[in-house]
Amino acid sequence: MRARNLIVFAAVIVALSSCEREERRFREMPSAAARRNTERLVTLVPGPYTPDVRVRNPYEHNAFAISEGKRLFTWYNCVGCHANGGGGMGPPLMDEQWIYGSDPENIFATIVEGRPNGMPSFRGKIPEYQVWQLVAFVQSLSGNVPKDAANGRNDDMQVHKQEQSQPDLIPERQPATHP
Amino acid sequence: MSAMETTPYALPDSDAEHEQLQKTWGPRRGPFSWFSQIDHRTIGRRFIVTAFVWFGLGGLLAALMRIQLAKPNNTFLSADQYNQIFTMHGTTMMFLFAVPVMEAVAIYIIPLMLGTRGLAFPRATAYAYYMFLFGGTMLYVAFFLNMAPDAGWFNYVPLSAPQFSPGKRIDIWAQLVNFTEISALTVAVEIIVTIFKQRAPGMSINRMPLYVWSMLVTAFMIVFAMPAVMVASNYIGLDRLVGTHFFNKAEGGDVLLWQHLFWFFGHPEVYIIFIPALGMVSTIITVFCRRKIFGYTAMVLSLVATAFIGFGLWVHHMFATGLPQSGQSYFTAASMMIAVPSGVQIFCWIATIAMGKPEFRPPLMFVLGFVAIFVLGGLTGVMLAAVPLNLQLHDTFFVVAHLHYVLIGGAVFPLLGALFFWFPKMTGRLMNERWGHISFWLTFAGFNVTFFPQHKLGLVGMPRRIYTYLPETGWGPLNLLSTIGAGILALGVLCFVVNALYSMKRGAIAGSNPWHAPTLEWATTSPPPHYNFLHLPTVSSTEPLWDHPENAPVVTGLALKKREVLITRLFDAEPDHLYLYPGTTPWAFLSAVATGGMFVALLFTPWALPIGVAIATTTLLCWFWPSSPRDEGEAPEQP
Amino acid sequence: MTFVTFFAGSGIQSALEPAGAHAARIGRLWDVFLIISAVVWLLVMIALFIALARRKREETPDGAARARTTVSIATAITLVTLAALLVASVLTGRAIADHAPPGTIQLKVTGKQWWWQVEYDDPDKSKRFTDANEIHIPVGVPVNIQLHSSDVIHSFWIPNLNGKQDLIPGHDGSIQLQATRPGIYRGQCAEFCGLQHAKMALWVHAMTQSDYANWLTAARQPSKIPSTPEQRKGEEVFMSSPCPLCHTIQGTDAGGKTGPDLTHFAGRRSIAAGTWPNRRGYLAGWIVDPQHIKPGSQMPPMLLDEGQLQPLLAYLESLQ
Repeated sequence: MRARNLIVFAAVIVALSSCEREERRFREMPSAAARRNTERLVTLVPGPYTPDVRVRNPYEHNAFAISEGKRLFTWYNCVGCHANGGGGMGPPLMDEQWIYGSDPENIFATIVEGRPNGMPSFRGKIPEYQVWQLVAFVQSLSGNVPKDAANGRNDDMQVHKQEQSQPDLIPERQPATHP
Repeated sequence: MSAMETTPYALPDSDAEHEQLQKTWGPRRGPFSWFSQIDHRTIGRRFIVTAFVWFGLGGLLAALMRIQLAKPNNTFLSADQYNQIFTMHGTTMMFLFAVPVMEAVAIYIIPLMLGTRGLAFPRATAYAYYMFLFGGTMLYVAFFLNMAPDAGWFNYVPLSAPQFSPGKRIDIWAQLVNFTEISALTVAVEIIVTIFKQRAPGMSINRMPLYVWSMLVTAFMIVFAMPAVMVASNYIGLDRLVGTHFFNKAEGGDVLLWQHLFWFFGHPEVYIIFIPALGMVSTIITVFCRRKIFGYTAMVLSLVATAFIGFGLWVHHMFATGLPQSGQSYFTAASMMIAVPSGVQIFCWIATIAMGKPEFRPPLMFVLGFVAIFVLGGLTGVMLAAVPLNLQLHDTFFVVAHLHYVLIGGAVFPLLGALFFWFPKMTGRLMNERWGHISFWLTFAGFNVTFFPQHKLGLVGMPRRIYTYLPETGWGPLNLLSTIGAGILALGVLCFVVNALYSMKRGAIAGSNPWHAPTLEWATTSPPPHYNFLHLPTVSSTEPLWDHPENAPVVTGLALKKREVLITRLFDAEPDHLYLYPGTTPWAFLSAVATGGMFVALLFTPWALPIGVAIATTTLLCWFWPSSPRDEGEAPEQP
Repeated sequence: MTFVTFFAGSGIQSALEPAGAHAARIGRLWDVFLIISAVVWLLVMIALFIALARRKREETPDGAARARTTVSIATAITLVTLAALLVASVLTGRAIADHAPPGTIQLKVTGKQWWWQVEYDDPDKSKRFTDANEIHIPVGVPVNIQLHSSDVIHSFWIPNLNGKQDLIPGHDGSIQLQATRPGIYRGQCAEFCGLQHAKMALWVHAMTQSDYANWLTAARQPSKIPSTPEQRKGEEVFMSSPCPLCHTIQGTDAGGKTGPDLTHFAGRRSIAAGTWPNRRGYLAGWIVDPQHIKPGSQMPPMLLDEGQLQPLLAYLESLQ
């Protein structure tokens, strides 16, 4: 009897988790997603410790939203500065170093408000639910979403790791030969 | 044993032998005996019932689609639901119904028709059944969890590639293909070996019933066609799970590779479904026209020719991709020429009918309906083979109409006829003939009302796989007609199913050969005993039971207390040696559980492969562990 | 006869009412195939009925031999018929595949989920321009269309003008249209391309040569400068909303490349790739709640109040 209960329980868990992963919500109203504007950028606070209220990205378990985020990441030209997460003019997003915090609300604020030294503010330019989709994708770049919801590869050129490259294709650093 | 007296090939005073053989070949008793059954009648029955459960579900999905399309701008289904449903419908009908049900009927009938005591590799039969059952269950569980595949049963890349199909939907599809193809390949191998090595003495290769021929050809086609789609499904699985680049054009992959691999399987698949049906048609025409089939050699050669040409036309699914002209002409020619062997068979059947004395009983009615529908479907097939017409008709409702004409008309009608025909053999009771006629006329009318208008819809521009359309296209009335037809068709199928369920309990007792049919499956009781035949029959023509079998010699001397089967030679079926048949085992079931578990876990992590292989190998070791034959020490009786 | 009339169809998206050189040839081939198929089917059915109704005699060796001859003759006739159909098919195929003579009009159509981008090529760069979901062609002139896809496989199909051709990523294709009479023809994506495959249509306007020349001159112009205060307000709304991130309007700062070009938006018949007519009510609905009309489409909903929406609509309607 207990075994059966356990099986039923496991089945329900599987059902619920897969539901969240597979759900495809197309008709999000612009204000559907929760939003906070008052993130802290540092952990230091004066006075006694006050617990921070974490905002959960409504999309971080949802495969479809993450893939929409990936598409928007190109469409809104995030790749222009961050490349495909590896960084360029802007900082890389695949690593664990976050200048302005790695929590969803921090990433959300970074996109909406902008940051000094080049990150533009997208306030009013991107509907909020799309910002959350972008946040979910950015979270997935650094492995901060469940593996089964994260997206697979794109149909384009891939970033090769050093050890995957053929030796003769790696340009060697040679001393300048011309005077 | 009173039944014993009514069957030919049974020597008198054999009741004691019967008791002993029943014990030797019967199922073991025990708490898990249901899972350790391996005999071909039990597995075949389960296979047929399971395939029809999927058929019913697939039919319900079709009904939902027809409701959605009944009027323009309908909102009965959302786009996402519709896409999942049409993918599920195609996948169910092709992978979970059409091929498995044909193999399932063969699992039941072929050993009986060959006059042997079982199908070769019986444990593998059980394994194949459970793989099939688990695969279909996985697909439908996924469907109810809102993660059913939604890229079509053809699953074209790049739509199904990770970039455009997030989540696990497509992985479910790819894994389902693995489940069903493992099952199909296993059964195909068994059918080939059984037909080659276990025929009754005297059933040389030119005396094999046409149904046996058709299953032999089909099994070979499966062996050559199915690996292509397994390769394709594993490529897409790898692309999605571990990020390989088989279909990524930017990294040297190619999206057309998918289409070639898929249709190299997908076109022969059509003939894999259709050729068994040809065998059923020949069987039914022979019985109900009371005449041996006209042009036996031509029929056999046509089957073989169909199989060979069937592998040479896959590109006609890809004419719109823009291949070179000369290549297209070749595939046009091949696609048209496959009409020749089909034509030869139609002509031979008509000649048989003309020279025989047709009895209009339900199985023959289904076959006559088949001829009318299938000839039309074949002719639209010739139209689709012509490149210029194909460019207009491809991916429109014309193709939907065509494929249902050849698959429902070409395979489901003969299948229903064959089930009506073999039902008494499987259950011991006859189906009700009046309701048989009613279900035939309902399915026939409903089918044509559903699908004939779709030809026109395609010509006036309605593409396939659209979840809705605008009123100004003018497609509304014909779609409504088609939906009404679908209702009638469903009613007809329902009548058939209810008739079968009712007759199983209340039908008239059949006796061993109610139709006075000529082939060996009717030479034993209905339903057959666990050992099929008390004394193995011998054969000297294609219609042994029409040749006074009481005088024919029988094979005696097989052990009573051991599961012995007679192995005969490949071409002339002369007795060669006795083979000890394996006993019941739960390990086939457990192996299927291990393999299935690995497949499901592989949806989520590549680590499932090494771990799953280790577990599956362990179960296989237990399966193949040599065991001493039961009742050892009892000397086999001398002939 | 009812059979033949059943297949005499008409419509703005019909292979049975050719309005193009290619579709006309295919239509003639279709007639041949249809008639032959109908005759063959009837013959087989008649043979079947005769076989069923025949009064049976005792079988004679003579009868079997006659049957053999009959079956052989029927097979031979099948072979000959098929060979004839094959020849007809190949000849038509060659005729419609002939390549365009140089100097014909070059277009580039790109399939996107779920709309069509149309680019008009010209040696003079300043004369190139981009349109969406509508193609304008002159009657009587062969038009070469380069086909590309930017995401998944689509299929370009204008049944009244020609058969279909797939747009496959990584495999460039092309198709030729040659309208024989002026008119407006509808086409629709024919290869399943995802969620909104059903709502990915386009229009082809076949125009007389002079009409086409006039249209071309107008289409090459940048957008009209807004003339009324309301339109000017609308332009402001457009530029300050998310719109320019995806849409281009030539002659303004809006230069997004991911959505349809809106430079001459008001001239189009329909919105959302042939889903709704291009009228004010529908357009307002589309801007405010596109996911209701076309769920999954890449157009996000806009949060605009009444004071912004009406000027925006006025501005968009001024983009002749």
